[in-house]
Amino acid sequence: MIINHPLLGPRDAQEFVYLGDATLIDRPDWQASEALDRFYEYLYLRDNPAGMHRELWFHEQGDRSWLVVTRNTVTHEITSVELARDVARARGRSK
Amino acid sequence: MRYSGFKIIAQALTGHRGWKPVWREPEPKRSYDIVVIGGGGHGLATAYYLAKEFGEANVAVVEKGWIGSGNVGRNTTIVRSNYLLPGNEPFYEFSMKLWEGLEQDFNYNAMVSQRGVLNLCHTDAQRDAFTRRGNAMRLHGVDAVLLDREGVRRIAPFLNFDNARFPIKGGLLQPRGGTVRHDAVAWGYARGADTHGVDIIQNCEVTGFRIENGKCLGVETTRGFIGAKKVGCAVAGASSQVMAKAGMRLPIESHVLQAFVSEGLKPLLPGVITYGAGHFYVSQSDKGGLVFGGDIDGYNSYAQRGNLPVIEDVCEGGMSLMPMIGRARLLRSWGGIMDMSMDGSPIIDRTDIEGLYFNGGWCYGGFKATPASGWCFAHLLATDMPHPNAAAYRFDRFRKGLMIDEKGMGAQPNLH
Amino acid sequence: MSQANRLAGGLIDRSRGISFSFDNKRYTGFAGDTLASALLANGERLMGRSFKYHRPRGPLTAGSDEPNALVELRQGAFREPNTRATVTELFEGLSATSQNRWPSLAFDALGINDLLSPFFSAGFYYKTFMWPKAFWEKVYEPLIRRAAGLGRLSMAPDPDVYDKGFLHCDLLVIGAGPTGLAAALTAARAGARVILADEDYEIGGRLNSETFVVGDTSGTDWARNHARVELLSMPNVRLMTRTTIIGTFDHGIYGALERVSDHLAHRAHGKPRQIFWRIYSKRAVLCAGAAERPIAFANNDRPGIMLAGALRSYVNRWAAAPARKVAVFTNNDDGLRTAADLVAKGVEVSAVIDTRADGAKVADADHFRGAQVIDTKGRLGLTSITVRLSTGETRTIACEALGVSGGWNPNVHLTCHQRGRPNWEPSIAAFVPGNCPPGMTVAGAARGVFSTAAALTSGAAAAREALAAIGIKALPADTPKAEDQPIRIEPLWHVGSAKGRAWVDLQNDVTVKDVKLAHQEGFRSVEHLKRYTTLGMATDQGKTSNMLGLVVMAEISGRSIPATGTTIYRPPYTPVPIAALAGRSCGRDFRPTRLTPSHKWASEQGAVFVEVGMWLRAQWLPRPGEIHWRQSVDREVLTTRSSVGICDVTTLGKIDVQGKDAAEFLNRIYANPFGKLAVGKVRYGLMLREDGMAMDDGTSARLAEDHFVTTTTTANAVAVFRHMEFCRQCLWPDLDVQIISTTEAWAQFSVAGPNARRLLQKIVDPQHDISNEAFPYMACGEISVCGGLRARLFRISFSGELAYEIAVPTRYGDALIRALVDAGKEFGAVVYGTEALGVMRIEKGHAAGNELNGTTTALNLGMGGMVSKKKDGIGSTLSEREGLNQPDALNLVGFRPLDVARPLTAGSHLISGRERAEAANDQGYITSVAFSPSLCHSVGLGFLKNGAARKGEVLRAVNPLKNEEVEVEVVSPHFVDPEGERLRA
Repeated sequence: MIINHPLLGPRDAQEFVYLGDATLIDRPDWQASEALDRFYEYLYLRDNPAGMHRELWFHEQGDRSWLVVTRNTVTHEITSVELARDVARARGRSK
Repeated sequence: MRYSGFKIIAQALTGHRGWKPVWREPEPKRSYDIVVIGGGGHGLATAYYLAKEFGEANVAVVEKGWIGSGNVGRNTTIVRSNYLLPGNEPFYEFSMKLWEGLEQDFNYNAMVSQRGVLNLCHTDAQRDAFTRRGNAMRLHGVDAVLLDREGVRRIAPFLNFDNARFPIKGGLLQPRGGTVRHDAVAWGYARGADTHGVDIIQNCEVTGFRIENGKCLGVETTRGFIGAKKVGCAVAGASSQVMAKAGMRLPIESHVLQAFVSEGLKPLLPGVITYGAGHFYVSQSDKGGLVFGGDIDGYNSYAQRGNLPVIEDVCEGGMSLMPMIGRARLLRSWGGIMDMSMDGSPIIDRTDIEGLYFNGGWCYGGFKATPASGWCFAHLLATDMPHPNAAAYRFDRFRKGLMIDEKGMGAQPNLH
Repeated sequence: MSQANRLAGGLIDRSRGISFSFDNKRYTGFAGDTLASALLANGERLMGRSFKYHRPRGPLTAGSDEPNALVELRQGAFREPNTRATVTELFEGLSATSQNRWPSLAFDALGINDLLSPFFSAGFYYKTFMWPKAFWEKVYEPLIRRAAGLGRLSMAPDPDVYDKGFLHCDLLVIGAGPTGLAAALTAARAGARVILADEDYEIGGRLNSETFVVGDTSGTDWARNHARVELLSMPNVRLMTRTTIIGTFDHGIYGALERVSDHLAHRAHGKPRQIFWRIYSKRAVLCAGAAERPIAFANNDRPGIMLAGALRSYVNRWAAAPARKVAVFTNNDDGLRTAADLVAKGVEVSAVIDTRADGAKVADADHFRGAQVIDTKGRLGLTSITVRLSTGETRTIACEALGVSGGWNPNVHLTCHQRGRPNWEPSIAAFVPGNCPPGMTVAGAARGVFSTAAALTSGAAAAREALAAIGIKALPADTPKAEDQPIRIEPLWHVGSAKGRAWVDLQNDVTVKDVKLAHQEGFRSVEHLKRYTTLGMATDQGKTSNMLGLVVMAEISGRSIPATGTTIYRPPYTPVPIAALAGRSCGRDFRPTRLTPSHKWASEQGAVFVEVGMWLRAQWLPRPGEIHWRQSVDREVLTTRSSVGICDVTTLGKIDVQGKDAAEFLNRIYANPFGKLAVGKVRYGLMLREDGMAMDDGTSARLAEDHFVTTTTTANAVAVFRHMEFCRQCLWPDLDVQIISTTEAWAQFSVAGPNARRLLQKIVDPQHDISNEAFPYMACGEISVCGGLRARLFRISFSGELAYEIAVPTRYGDALIRALVDAGKEFGAVVYGTEALGVMRIEKGHAAGNELNGTTTALNLGMGGMVSKKKDGIGSTLSEREGLNQPDALNLVGFRPLDVARPLTAGSHLISGRERAEAANDQGYITSVAFSPSLCHSVGLGFLKNGAARKGEVLRAVNPLKNEEVEVEVVSPHFVDPEGERLRA
């Protein structure tokens, strides 16, 4: 596979390390009510779609960017690649 | 029809005209006591044991394609019970014992071949871990032998002892481990279940569940609604997809595991050998092909095919471990979709929906589990009680912190 | 032996005779021959035996789809089993041996299987060999295994060298027949970067086997002397012969095997045997041609019976006639070409059997229209065929070779590697490409366009279309004129109502009857058919048999051919040596080797090294007279504890953490707090995974308000850094913190023992006060050593002694170890390796890899109190789950044998009192053991249920693997200096 890195252009997926569903960005608030349940769902449950999947890849043998790659899990077609930091900010994460 | 050598001779002399279909192809009835979704190894085994051991005669297996078309038909055929943790070891040993009597039980030669499974170690820490695991096996009454380097050499003198990046230090051998002819397992269970009255319905895809007031009443399929008092789902690889139709999210990701076979060769390997310093395991089929594999590709996939990095990685491991296979040719590769669970162990449990039961999350170890998985799932479906050997395979273990994590990799499915 | 069947002409070089041997018999051929063509020219048709019935076989094809003519090529460690004689280029001294036969190819004892074939029906083995139960492994299976298999591996390590490479192009053209040449020329003239690959050693494809005219010259001449010359003249073209595209992978990546040296007697110096390429293409045009398929009839497998197109190849390209008297059996016009070409070459055509009533007539041959071949004779080679004429009468015709044409199947394989399914095209009675992988188009015979003229125009058009998609404009096509004959076909798949066996899959011995039996027993899906009968599972992957098998199944089951469908096409297109896929990554080069800064020095000392992940570290450093490793390790430990020892700890991960929020960042990624760590101080940190399990541990040194240096274990350096980047970029993107791995930037040495400070004071520059008061336990600072070399000093201890870790830029590592050793001479300092390091950490009770095994929590490790509840830290919430906090949770404790003479074994399990050694009584396990030279007995660490409360209890450490039991006392894990006085000294 080839991942079109937003900063570096097309790179072989072999340069990257895969983590999983991009919802891992949405780490719950430790002080929320029922934080334990929320952390359980965050860490363990997955939509695991057959189709478009937003997922985290780390450019380990590259610039160390974490990326959010939108990829079809049936065809492996990649439709967008974003810096995970930008996605995280867009989802309201900050400090 | 009972199979035997005499039957073959008799049929040969009469032009093989008397062989009957190995299973019927019935139309689905309007309802059953139990519907098992998934005509793979686990689903067929479940139906077989439901009918044979638990007296459930009114059972159907519904299969989207043709039976045995999923992972039971595309794996590397290894059976073993060399597990560490108390939640796992009794279950897999139960499975091993069922393998040992399976062919006589269902009158079908699945070529259960206990030529041994040898896991190699390459560091002192690995040897310590193997010692712990081998002792855990022995404490469970399971056979295990810890070999030193010379012991490994006696079994497999062709391994790379002289020029290795990661020298072989020893190995953990389970002599009773081995291989089984995978397709024959599906066919044998199908034949056995059919003989006991189970309806095996191929080309029948489940499109939804009929759930009313928190109770599952049956399944919607491409061949119409099929009512059921209980529905058991055994569709590993597609678990998340099917259970999503019942509104459930699972602690599972789907990943592709590739496997490979070489051209046929005269016998050279004694049993199953796994490399401890790379991703490579291998056995030789009765037909002569080297059957081998390695790690999953590592990204979520439903594509049943993989990519070159893993193909090359597996061959690198193979060449490092046994450089005499270099001139053997890789003949065919294939990919299966694995239910990779969050702790590397399976789930056999009720769901929050009454009448709906789940069996999945087998990672890439489901084949060896087929008999016990079928038996324990049948037990759960028939009695509403978990089988003692599968009692740890609960959904709520993640919420409660009771993970069964053989590898210690945590909640990252592609590392299990 | 003379080449009795050698004809005139052909693309062979008669000036270069080549001698070779087959089954120890010597022959000669010519440069340009394949092994199969040379053997045929020498009058040999018998080249192999089938898999199951050991039937005598000769070549069916002239290409890589060959099921029969498989040999063991070369000798000794170079032996390659299952090598297709049909694509093996002849080289001087070539030596080949037949396989899967005993004692000889002409007389094979297992030919008995053929007589027993009525009993060996499809899947017979599933129905028998079950009684008595023990006989399967002891009797039946060993017999079956010995009879099965094809060729033999030498069992010696592969002596050859293989390379891997990466190529990029705008357009990959797969196949260099007329279609591919037209495509490549079109793209190359447009300036695109083109790769043209073909599995053959000559470009031209079918043109080399035909007598076609292209433009105003022969097809071969056009390919060789026009197309090839022009392509080679362009720098934007890479022409790769002997290169098979083996698979289509995601995003335009293709795998390719280039056979660099297989056509040579010896690999040229500096050249690999083969290269496995990954080709990254923007677009690809598949011009893989088509493969002929046979017709099944009784005894259609005898040596001498081959595909009509292959027969034409042998005659035209290699000037080798399989026999002097030949017949042709066809259901289409293409078969007639074979007859015509044979006649033109002066080979006697004894009969042309055309299944059609209206086939054209070939001059100078007996012609039977509306006829079928219904049987054949000749055990080791064809002698005659029996033909049923249109009148119903039968006639026996003498012939020694028979060309069979059942039509042509487009080579759709590469279009299907991403699960695409081909479409049925009735006009050619074959499957053509359906949905292709993204970026791939198909042209020529591969898409069912069979005439040469159509191949040329479709190749050019496909290239233009592909280039347009990537913004490259191609010039209008300038394709030469060529024949444009349609191939008329009336499908006939198998000759019905035959009494004998009619082969579908020749190698695996699957007959029409087997397909019928599979249907009768319910194996009706093509995948069931394949798996039950083994149809298409041989080394040719069913290239000549799958279609036939599925059509027979379709006929029996009354389904259409497209509804019956094909099995799945999977990579590789043709088999690839495992060694080629591994390339150089084998043997000692399996993985890179990382060397520590003191490696050279340690090598000079005769150190014994050990693999630690990718690193090689000194395990111990024997001194003269030490003959057992324990002598060296004990000395290293005792000297360190009594005076001073030095150890290279560079392999520990080092991560530089900087920024205004650096302290807050560490506060969140560690379970214990870091916010208040003073500048100039170091703190131990326990890192949890989000699931509450210990992930790693290390130290963080605060060099400045906004600057920390964090260490990780050697094993987890990469994973921890990745995790920290995840936290930084994905969880808290606005924290002001930057991190970078500096593991390889700093050489770091531990200096431990009562004399550590005195030793260091000799090399630390005098302006830096490292006295206990000025630089106490857990202090850190940036200093200089050896007269101005910048360095970092950390007062931390893994051994439990007064200890420091000192770091200098890596390039000074070698100098520093020498300086340290020099400075240590007066104290009798030792350099210790990983064994002594391990002994001392066990004596001190520090957890390491064996304890941080991914299933242990802070509570298990005796560090439950470190998990701060007052802050958010990774893993803190989920570590509160009930299952991780049970009263009988495992605790890290120490173990001491009651009998001090007995060694402990890591991996032993713990059993209480006199309870039976069984799983139900398992209380825990020992993780790490060492012989403690300080205590003169074995010591162990391990996890015990509720262990913290069980100090003093005596347990049995059982090791059933070795039939051992040792009584142990539960003790504190801190065997040495439990109060920690030494490290503060």
